[in-house]
Amino acid sequence: MYTPQKDDFNFIAERNLDVDENFASQGYWKGVAVHFLRNKFAVTGVILVSIIIFFALFAPVVSSYNYDEIVSVTNSSGKEFIAKSLGPQIGASESQDFFADRTFLFGTDDMGRDLWTRTWQGARVSLIIAFVAILIDMIVGTSYGLISGYFGGLVDNALQRFIEIAGSIPTLVIISILAIFMEKGIGLVIASLLLTEWIGMSKIARAECLKLKEREYVLASRTLGAGNFHIIFKQILPNAIGPIITQVMFSIPVAIFTEAFLSFVGVGIVLPQCSIGSLIEAGFNNITILPYQILPPISVLALLMLGFNLIGDGFREALAPKLEDM
Amino acid sequence: MTKYITKRIFMSALTLFIIIFVLFVLIRIMPGDPFSVERMSAEMILQKREELGLNKPILVQFVDYLSLLASGSFGNGTSLYNGAPIKPILTTCLMNSFKIGVLSILFGTAVGLTIGIVAALNRGKFLDGLCTLVSILGVCIPSYVFMIFLQYTFAYKIPFFPYFFDPSKFLTSAVMPAMSLSLFAISTIARFTRNEMLEVLNSDYVKLAEAKGLYGFELIRKHVLRNALIPIVTVIAPLVVDLLTGAMVIEKIYGINGVGKLMVDAIAGQGVDYNYVLALGIVFSALYIGAMLVLDILYGIIDPRIRLTAKEGF
Repeated sequence: MYTPQKDDFNFIAERNLDVDENFASQGYWKGVAVHFLRNKFAVTGVILVSIIIFFALFAPVVSSYNYDEIVSVTNSSGKEFIAKSLGPQIGASESQDFFADRTFLFGTDDMGRDLWTRTWQGARVSLIIAFVAILIDMIVGTSYGLISGYFGGLVDNALQRFIEIAGSIPTLVIISILAIFMEKGIGLVIASLLLTEWIGMSKIARAECLKLKEREYVLASRTLGAGNFHIIFKQILPNAIGPIITQVMFSIPVAIFTEAFLSFVGVGIVLPQCSIGSLIEAGFNNITILPYQILPPISVLALLMLGFNLIGDGFREALAPKLEDM
Repeated sequence: MTKYITKRIFMSALTLFIIIFVLFVLIRIMPGDPFSVERMSAEMILQKREELGLNKPILVQFVDYLSLLASGSFGNGTSLYNGAPIKPILTTCLMNSFKIGVLSILFGTAVGLTIGIVAALNRGKFLDGLCTLVSILGVCIPSYVFMIFLQYTFAYKIPFFPYFFDPSKFLTSAVMPAMSLSLFAISTIARFTRNEMLEVLNSDYVKLAEAKGLYGFELIRKHVLRNALIPIVTVIAPLVVDLLTGAMVIEKIYGINGVGKLMVDAIAGQGVDYNYVLALGIVFSALYIGAMLVLDILYGIIDPRIRLTAKEGF
């Protein structure tokens, strides 16, 4: 039952008739954003990831310790004590002798470094690795897939056979070969991500390209004299970007996981640098004596994975209406 | 069908051959020399290189290695096990990893299917939420973190299972690694099963079966499960690969003498053992390609559309 409102009795001429409020045209991305923001899980994911990124950005800067600083005090007789393996504590505690006035929110590790600072520094390193690697993967994989799908025929056949062979080398084998060639460290982790993750990306880009290249606007563009690369990157790419972004969102947790895995095995980040994986490894080595050490990096890892997976799911659902009408 | 299978087998064999070639060449052109030791005189180095066939052209070395492989040997290790033959060590390790891998795949598939089916049948209710939670946990928590947790709780705090892997007590000591390895499989299979089941439950032929008076367990077994389970074969292939990666860390944590641990020792230990890396790379690739081949063929048998489209293409 419609109840008339005061607004209904105004002169219609006083309204702005140029704006149709009932059937306002809605941009594609606005629709996606509305769908995405309505999804409670996706918003939770965004909040989780934002909180972790916020801490990863600012906590190491604001902290009173450096991530590789070994905290120590000198007592009255000039003897130096290192804050080894302290439990979590907040200032003015009575039980400790030397470090009673210091604050270690997550405690310190077995070398006397502040775990709060190290955890967020580690999160920062892991996130940087994931973003850099996945960004390059996106650029390489998308270009490869689009070119393969667009030109078709012999080019497509050759490029796809190459992918078939490259894709059937297990990640583990690629990593082990790289581990022989390269120094352990960030470079090795990024390189192994670069060599493995672009394949999935290119498959999706190719599938999208095959769908889109038959469209009228591509034909129109070609009729107007546009070159192949203009069509691929100016006409097809903007319309294929949705599924690619979804794939990126699912690749980031894979990258974070791979980094953690490599550092845990011992071919990733080297001391005194730290990452989520190397912190988990350090925590694991001391687990029977100092079980609290492993909790912060594990929680950050799990929350990051959860957050990115929720965002990815949200994206996929928000883009689904478009996928269906294809 | 025969044509499809022949084509797949040919492609797999070609892929494996290319991989072996690339691995071999990469490892041979590696900078560094096993004999750059100060104690060795120039003649000794020359003699040693001659003895190991390192002076021949690289392609000849490759053919030699292929004939070695064909005779079922992987040659000798360099440093890791003091130059002993690789094959017996590799076989023992493979068997250990294989047993645990099979256990975890079986466990994971059984539990994952159950969870997925229960969730789909109770859609939107409490049980569905619980199942979703389990599958989310499986995706977010890496298997080795779960393994650390299990080891700390059920082997250290409550000493119920052995703290390290013990081959003489295989059953009790395989429980924890198999469980943690299957975590990812459980969550993937559960999620997939639930979606497939829901799709089939909403389909017209299930509605028709219901309209004809079929209900309960009969309906689920005859009409829903049969059609929902076909696509699940596809998710098991990537799981086998994840298993290899997961096993690498879990074997390190739990002290299992498996291929994963062998690989970690070969690349992250004191010196890199080229021959082990080569042998393990070949074994891993062969396993992976083999698993893909079997699943492709299985899928072709189950779903006629695949082999029909494959006939037209390449």
